[in-house]
Amino acid sequence: MNKLVVPVFGVLAAVGIAVAVWLVFMQAPLQYGFHPDGALNGSSLFYNQKIFYFHVAHAFMLFAAVFVSGVCSIAFLKTRKPKWDDVAMAATEVAVAFGAVVLVTGSVWAKAAWDVWWNWEPRLTMSLLLWLVLLGYVLVRRFAGPSADRIAAGMAIFGMVGVPFIYKMVGQDSHPAAGREGVVATLGPGMRAAFWISVAAFLCWFVALVVARVQSARAERELRELRERGLDLGVLS
Amino acid sequence: MSVLRQAARVAWKDLRIELRSREILYTMAFFAGLLVVVYAFAFPRDERAVRGAAPGMLWVAIAFAGTIGLGRAFDRERENDTMRALLLAPVPRLAVFLGKAISIALLVLAVAAVCTPLLVLFLGAPLFTHPGPLVLVILLGVIGFSVVGSVFAATLLKVRSRDVLLPVILYPLLIPLFVAGTKTTMALISTPADFHAVWYWIQFLGIYDAVFLVLSVWTFESLVIE
Repeated sequence: MNKLVVPVFGVLAAVGIAVAVWLVFMQAPLQYGFHPDGALNGSSLFYNQKIFYFHVAHAFMLFAAVFVSGVCSIAFLKTRKPKWDDVAMAATEVAVAFGAVVLVTGSVWAKAAWDVWWNWEPRLTMSLLLWLVLLGYVLVRRFAGPSADRIAAGMAIFGMVGVPFIYKMVGQDSHPAAGREGVVATLGPGMRAAFWISVAAFLCWFVALVVARVQSARAERELRELRERGLDLGVLS
Repeated sequence: MSVLRQAARVAWKDLRIELRSREILYTMAFFAGLLVVVYAFAFPRDERAVRGAAPGMLWVAIAFAGTIGLGRAFDRERENDTMRALLLAPVPRLAVFLGKAISIALLVLAVAAVCTPLLVLFLGAPLFTHPGPLVLVILLGVIGFSVVGSVFAATLLKVRSRDVLLPVILYPLLIPLFVAGTKTTMALISTPADFHAVWYWIQFLGIYDAVFLVLSVWTFESLVIE
């Protein structure tokens, strides 16, 4: 893989995140609304709403990673080429970190909006369950010994196929709505730019981290193979 | 010989070994019974609390006892490396997989058959108000558990920390199944029983089983063969 990918995406992410922070805190309007009688309504969150730009951006990457990891694991089981396994593992490991951000920011949001730290609200639950699958994947990778790649690939595939079931299971919610009528689609103009720039910036950050992890996994394997060859030839002891 | 008959042969082989020693059956059933006794002390025993908690108790017992049974059933294949012999046998791998899943499912069903009456007896849980749908739900849940469980227990056969990793892999993947099972049972024992919800979750479980059965059949070979 090209050596430039990580630096380029890293710089894009750094600039993007800086711009996103500026837009979110300096440009995007505060979120509040009124009842017909003039009183502030319950969905007025003011500065608390700012966490939305980062929470949702990270959540997108978490969901994307489940599919990247699942599809690459299918490719790995079909072809047995370790490059696919590297991508699946890298995406999952990075997504575990992103998922932690989703859960923490989601929890903060829940405290601000509903005055509880955790309310088993469906999409937060869904993030938690997907995160648990990814965390299980990482544990398997770490502790299952030589056949860890196969077992983890199976877990990624089963986890990906389970997503629609988790989605149906958690059902309807108090979460801000998604889809055509949802929060993302109906953002005000000032909010929309900030939101999508934030998503793009964190996507770059995600890609940079995943590619860096893939490269380190590849380097690890090359080193191991070289060492084995050295041992076979009797050069190393 | 059709695949199903070959699968039945594999399952019958497992069950015959089991019926001779009864090791897995007795230990699993004892463990599940013990769980019910622990529940009786761990949770409030008034009628309302039991009605709320009994579905969860039932499915937790199935999950825990089932995991123990899965691990042990596959350990048996490891001890004399008979898994290799099974995989080398001149039958489709599909038959080996299905046979394993069937024998596990029968063991877990036996455990459910022990622990459900115990929940009724010790805690007075009203589980037998609609026995037909309850049996169907347990059957669907156990099928899904055994199918997914057999795949991963087989892949973990050679792994040293398999006992710890089996639940680490299975529980996150099976949460939808256990939640669906719990919700169905809850809808069944509520007064009046919410058959609309029961039907929804039974369909959910049916689709879940079908999807994961296909997926397991499809991946079993590439996951188990080194």
